[in-house]
Amino acid sequence: MRHEHIETNSGLMILLILAVISIGGLVEIVPLFYINETVEKVEGVRPNTPLEVRGRDLYLREGCYLCHSQQIRPFRDEWLRYGHYSLAAESQYDHPFQWGSKRTGPDLARLGGKYSDQWHVQHLKAPRSVVPQSIMPNYPWLLTTKLDYSDVADRMRALRATGVPYSVTQAEYEANVKKFGQTVADQLDISQAEANLLKEARDKNFDGIAGQVTEMEALVAYLQSLGTMVNFSQYNDDEFVKFR
Amino acid sequence: MALSSALPAEQYNYDIVRKFTIMAMVWAVLGMSVGVYIASELAWPFLNYDIPQLTFGRLRPVHTTLVIFGFGGSALFATSYYVVQRTCQARLAFPWLAEFTFWGWTGGVALGALTYVSGITQGREYAEFEWPLDIAITLVWVSYFAVYVETLRRRSQPHIYVANWFYLAFILAVALLHIFNNLAVPVSLTKSYSLFSGVQDAMTQWWYGHNAVGFFLTAAFLGMMYYFVPKQAGRPVYSYRLSIIHFWALIFLYMWAGGHHLHWTSLPDWVSTLAATFSIILLMPSWGGMINGIMTLSGAWDKLRSDPIMMFLIVSLSFYGMSTFEGPLMSLKSVNALSHYTDWTVGHVHSGALGWVAMVSFGSLYHLIPRLWETRMYSEKLIYVHFWLATIGIVLYITSLWVAGIGQGLMLRSFDDYGNLAYTFIETVEFMHTPYVWRALGGAFFVAGVLVMVYNMAMTLRTAGRVPVLDEEARLAARLAKA
Repeated sequence: MRHEHIETNSGLMILLILAVISIGGLVEIVPLFYINETVEKVEGVRPNTPLEVRGRDLYLREGCYLCHSQQIRPFRDEWLRYGHYSLAAESQYDHPFQWGSKRTGPDLARLGGKYSDQWHVQHLKAPRSVVPQSIMPNYPWLLTTKLDYSDVADRMRALRATGVPYSVTQAEYEANVKKFGQTVADQLDISQAEANLLKEARDKNFDGIAGQVTEMEALVAYLQSLGTMVNFSQYNDDEFVKFR
Repeated sequence: MALSSALPAEQYNYDIVRKFTIMAMVWAVLGMSVGVYIASELAWPFLNYDIPQLTFGRLRPVHTTLVIFGFGGSALFATSYYVVQRTCQARLAFPWLAEFTFWGWTGGVALGALTYVSGITQGREYAEFEWPLDIAITLVWVSYFAVYVETLRRRSQPHIYVANWFYLAFILAVALLHIFNNLAVPVSLTKSYSLFSGVQDAMTQWWYGHNAVGFFLTAAFLGMMYYFVPKQAGRPVYSYRLSIIHFWALIFLYMWAGGHHLHWTSLPDWVSTLAATFSIILLMPSWGGMINGIMTLSGAWDKLRSDPIMMFLIVSLSFYGMSTFEGPLMSLKSVNALSHYTDWTVGHVHSGALGWVAMVSFGSLYHLIPRLWETRMYSEKLIYVHFWLATIGIVLYITSLWVAGIGQGLMLRSFDDYGNLAYTFIETVEFMHTPYVWRALGGAFFVAGVLVMVYNMAMTLRTAGRVPVLDEEARLAARLAKA
């Protein structure tokens, strides 16, 4: 075919452009949904609790992902600094993913359990009061704003529609019990969302303010959960290599 | 006099082009000023002022959206509507629909910025618009496609000029990327969750993200280049054959390259290796475009001394060549291991965005403004001033971020004699303070240049219709006839 045919025919040109630009995505993205090894088989990864769901929403709202990654690479320095490299399985319930693209601050993929709740509250309120050289903004309003959890069940229903196993029916609940155990399955029950959120806030009191659920409560709950779900001591060092 | 100024207005729809030209400059000033502000926040964090709407995390999407979609988008609407009419010798189709693209696009960008500062965001880089705005943008885009293609179909020339191939590929690819990357399940008007998760979501996002660069910021601006460089140089495009080859190669290869944003992550190795391979090959069509643009000047090199608009256009092509060399380099896994997550990436993006996208737009708009308002630029000297402010600004910006990025990358991976990490993370943050100050200064230079352009343009518009039209094309034809 001479190029003249294409450049004198707008319809043909449109069709050919569409064909040419579709190939890359078809070859590289579509198989990711079908190749089983794409996401590792690993125990312990569960969807977020209602309180963590709200915390993650706040993480997005404040644009944390623009300065912090949640994706540890398989290098010695990252191993020493952050821990085991990230698995695809660990973000399988993340809608949207928050791997990030820039580390103006450190990676957060395994932040959970590294610092106390109290440290997080102080650090989010005034980062330079605990890390003098930090350039992170202060987030004092997290501690003074009450958390809006009125639509947490709606949020979980939307996540369920994307494929996260939050349960509505008894059958779904039982499947969750089998997969995650009863404690986790209870947290994933949408009909109990608000009660579960309040209970977690009361029991763990992440923000240090008794009797109140602030935005800080949710965000710290989420941060403390990051990277804690997989127990890597269960697995051999080379267990995950075959998935890469 | 009255008759001659009425004629071109009748033949072509310049009104829509003028509107988008003005908005391009408005968004340039706003978006780039926000850029300087958030760059300053990184150097002096007190600038966050404990005000949620001013924090880096909320303002950064405002910066990227206003410059990419506001400034870049408006410059593309303006030039594509101008180029498609001129090269097809046909008046723009569906004028009311074109009018809708203006108000829809302008309103969408403005609303986007307002929602981001309020904390309403999808949390996807360069695709932060929540779902109602995504749908509105889709409608605008479909209208744009309809106006553009119908104008093409009404052409009085048998051939579609090369600039239009690029604009067309840009319109089609952006539609495809926008729709698939924004698939989401809504919770309310202001909140949704992406349909995909984890690794699949990451790959979709960077397929989108990289091709936003590839089509929005590259293919489309090559379309601009293919009209305004030959026009300003008064020479035909260097090689027709090269333009065919590099066009099809570029649009095919770009779509494979997105995975290089995810090297060494949980993305399977086969995808990232494939993406790196295609990124390296992509150097060839990229440089094909650069060569075709720069060589168009052969036989008219003296214009680089006498024509500041030509300086903008040729320097933009040089930066295009440089950043499309740097890109494949950074897509190598070994280089990426150091560069990724650092400011080297940010510097790379800006050598493309400031050096290529903004400079080619400024050159094209300087060419366009006198023709749209039928007058002469108020001051040629101020175009030179703008050129040097912009060039100095870019050089300060990218060199300081090479220092910051490569420096941080090296510090993070260095070990002491006992095999322990040599630096803590916060020590690298401290190290970056000085480069961050220089980067903000570079950005300030660039914005100063834009303000000079706005002043020059405002003064030009005041004299619109009052200065005798300088018919450069007639003058050029006379000179060519003599030669």
